[in-house]
Amino acid sequence: MTRNWHEVFKGVAPPEAEAAPAEEIEEKKRGWFRRFKVSLSKSREAMTQRLSTIMFDKLDADLWEKLEETLIFADCGVASTVEIVERMEQAANEGEISDQQQFFSQLEKAIVDIFPADSYQIDVSHQPSVILVVGVNGTGKTTTVGKIAYHLKKEGKSVVLAAADTFRAAAIEQLSEWGKRVDCPVVRQEHGSDPGAVVFDAIAAARSRGIDVVIVDTAGRLHTQVPLMEELKKIHRVVGKQIPGGPHEVLLTVDATTGQNGLIQARLFGEAVDVSGVVLTKLDGTAKGGIAVAIAHELNLPIKLVGVGEQTEDLRPFDPGDFAKALFEA
Amino acid sequence: MFDTLSDKLQNVLGSLKGQGRLSEDDVNKAMREIRLALLEADVNFKVVKQFVAAVKERALGEEVLESLTPGQQVIKIVHEELVKLMGSASAKLTMSPKPPTVVLMVGLQGSGKTTTVAKLAKHLVKQGKRPELVACDIYRPAAIDQLKVLGEQVGVPVFSIDGSNDAVEIARKGVEDAAAAGRDVVIIDTAGRLHIDEKLMEELVDIRKQVRPHDILLVLDSMTGQDAVNVAEQFQQQVNFDGVILTKLDGDARGGAALSVRAVTGKPIIFASTGEKLNAFDAFHPDRMASRILGMGDVLTLIEKAQQNIDEKKALELEEKIRKAQFTFEDFLDQMQSMRKMGPLAGMLAMIPGIPKQLRQAQIDERELDRVEAIIRSMTPEERRSPEILNGSRRKRIATGSGASVQAVNQLISKFKQMQKLMKQFAGGKKMPNIPPELLRGGF
Repeated sequence: MTRNWHEVFKGVAPPEAEAAPAEEIEEKKRGWFRRFKVSLSKSREAMTQRLSTIMFDKLDADLWEKLEETLIFADCGVASTVEIVERMEQAANEGEISDQQQFFSQLEKAIVDIFPADSYQIDVSHQPSVILVVGVNGTGKTTTVGKIAYHLKKEGKSVVLAAADTFRAAAIEQLSEWGKRVDCPVVRQEHGSDPGAVVFDAIAAARSRGIDVVIVDTAGRLHTQVPLMEELKKIHRVVGKQIPGGPHEVLLTVDATTGQNGLIQARLFGEAVDVSGVVLTKLDGTAKGGIAVAIAHELNLPIKLVGVGEQTEDLRPFDPGDFAKALFEA
Repeated sequence: MFDTLSDKLQNVLGSLKGQGRLSEDDVNKAMREIRLALLEADVNFKVVKQFVAAVKERALGEEVLESLTPGQQVIKIVHEELVKLMGSASAKLTMSPKPPTVVLMVGLQGSGKTTTVAKLAKHLVKQGKRPELVACDIYRPAAIDQLKVLGEQVGVPVFSIDGSNDAVEIARKGVEDAAAAGRDVVIIDTAGRLHIDEKLMEELVDIRKQVRPHDILLVLDSMTGQDAVNVAEQFQQQVNFDGVILTKLDGDARGGAALSVRAVTGKPIIFASTGEKLNAFDAFHPDRMASRILGMGDVLTLIEKAQQNIDEKKALELEEKIRKAQFTFEDFLDQMQSMRKMGPLAGMLAMIPGIPKQLRQAQIDERELDRVEAIIRSMTPEERRSPEILNGSRRKRIATGSGASVQAVNQLISKFKQMQKLMKQFAGGKKMPNIPPELLRGGF
C-alpha cells in the first residue's frame, strides 16, 4: 500500500479526518498506485513475459537460471541476485512453492525483505529542517528538489530552496524556474560562488522568515572526484555548524537506469556525507531500477522516494511491496 | 575492493605454466568467472551469453603459451575477443563535402547532451572547424541558457528562438542560420527523452526529416546498466543513429553498456567524455575500453610481456637507474607526466596489479600533483639531476619560483630521498616494499 505524504514527512500533521471522504482517499491512493504501475508497465510487461516463459511447471535448474537472468537484467547485481535466488530455492526445498502464485508471492517477499522496513520517513520536524540533495551528474537532483518542495508545500510546510549548484552552467536558473513553478523562494548567488555560502544564507533566510524546510540543491559530482567530494563534506559541515543535528536528511538521487556503479555511488556518497536515503529517479522508462535492491541489500540504505516522470507531481513515496509487485506481478 | 578478473581466474585455474592445452574443465570454470565479471561490469546478459560462448569455443583446446599461466591465457583470449567486438580502430564523424555538416545529438535525460555538445564544439574548433550550436531543448528549465553559457565559454555562436515551443522549427532555422553565416558544422542539442516517449521520439524523427543530419550521435552515460540495450535499440529504430558518445568516463563505472550497445546495434563509439572541464573529451579507444570492462589494466601489460614488447629497452633503463639509485627528479617528472597523460592517477593506480593495497586506495589529489610538478619545474636541470646540491638558498629560490612554501619544498625533497632509499631496497629485495601511506599523501 502506497503511503500518504503526511506519513512520509515526519513532522507533518495528518489531515483532518473530515478533509476528504474515505472513499475518495482510497480512490486517490489507487490512483497513485495505478500511475506507478503505469509508469512501470513497460518493465512489468517485459518482466512478466520473461517470467511467464519460465512459468512454473517444475522446480529445476532451468527455472532458477531464468530467475537469475531476470534479476540480473533488472540491474539487481550478482550478489543480490544470488541472495534472492538462494532464498527462493530454500523456500522451494521447504515446500512453500508449489504453484505460480506461490512463486510470485515468495519472490515478492524475498525482495521486500531486502529493504529496511522502518526508515521510510523524511524528517522535516525541525525548525528549520534541512534536506541536502546530492548525487552524480544528470541523476535528477534539481528536478527532485522541485518535486519535494511541491509535496512539502501541499502538506502545509513552507520551503526555501538553496541553489548550491554554482558550478554547472545555468543550474541556478534551472532551480529558479522550479522555484517559480512551485512558488518557493530561491536563495542564490552568482555562478561560481561558494556553495557553502549559499547554504549559510539559505538557512539564515529560513530562520529570519520562519520558513520550515530548506532544500539544498548541490552540483552533480562523480564520487571519484576527491576535491568535489571534499566540497560536499564542507557543505554538510556548514549546515551542521548552523543547525546542530543538521542536515536532517541527506538524499542521494540514483538514476534507475544506472547499473552496478550505483552501488559504489551510494557507498562513497554515504561515506562522505552520511546519506539517509535514496531517491530512485527516472523510473518511468524501461529500466527496472534493480540497483535499488543492490543498494538496500549491501548498504542497508532505505529507498525513500521514486521519480516517475517530468511533471511536478511525479514523485512517489517508495513502497517495497509495490516496487516488487510492479516488477513481477503477472 | 573487487578482485580483478585475472586474480579470480588465477585462483580457479591455478598457476600451472605451460600445461599443454586448456581442458574443458578449466575452460568451464573460467567461463563462470568471466560471465560474472562482465555482468558486474553491466554488460547486457544476452550479450554476455553470446560472448562467453564465442570465447569458450576459441579457448577449448587452445595451447597454453610457455610464458603464460592458463588463467593468463584465457584472459588474453577474452581481451582479444572483446577488442574484436568493440572494433579495433577509432571511428570518425562523417563530414559533409558540402558544408555545413549537421550533427544531431540525442539521448536520455541526464546523459550529458548539452555539456557534450559544447565539448564536441571545442574539439572541432581545435581542428580548425567553425561550428554553430542550436538549442532545441525547449523542455528542461534553463537548458537553453545552459547552452548559451557553454557556447560563450568555447567561443561558438548559439542559435535559439526565445519563447518558441517548436523544436523542429528551431532546428531548421538554426541550420539555415549557420549556412548563411558560413559555419561549417551545426551541432543540434535536443531535449533528453525517454526512448518509449512516443511524442518526443516523433519530434526527433521530425527534426531528422527537416534537417537531414550527416551524423546522429547517441549520448550514453557510461554508468548505464542493463537497460542500455533497450535504449539503444529504440533510438536506432526511430532515428537510426550513426555513432555513440560515451560520457562520464572519468568515474569508476566499468562501462559494460558500451559493449552492449556496440554488440546490439553495431554502431561505433566515436568519442569519450572524461571530465568536468570542456576539453575533457577525446576520440574513443576500443582497446582501452576492453581492458576497462574487464576491470584490469593488467591485461595490456600482460600481453606486452607475453609478446616481448619493444618498450622493454626504456623500462630496462629505468630499472637500471633504480638499481643504481640514480633515479632523479628528472626521471620522476618524466614518469609523472607520462602517467598523467593517461588520465586521472587515482583511477589508474587502481588498475595496476601488484600495487600494494594501501597505495591502490590512496586518495590522490590531482592538485597536489600540480604543486609537486611546479616545485620540480622550478629546479634547474642540475638540481633535478643531483638533488644533494639543494642547499638553503636554492630551496628558497625554488619556493619563490613555484609559489610553494619552503617547508613544502623541504618536504618534497625529503620524501624524494626516502623514495630513493625505498627504491634501493626494492631493487635489492625481491618484493615491492611497503610504501608508508604518509609518503603518498601530501607529496607524491
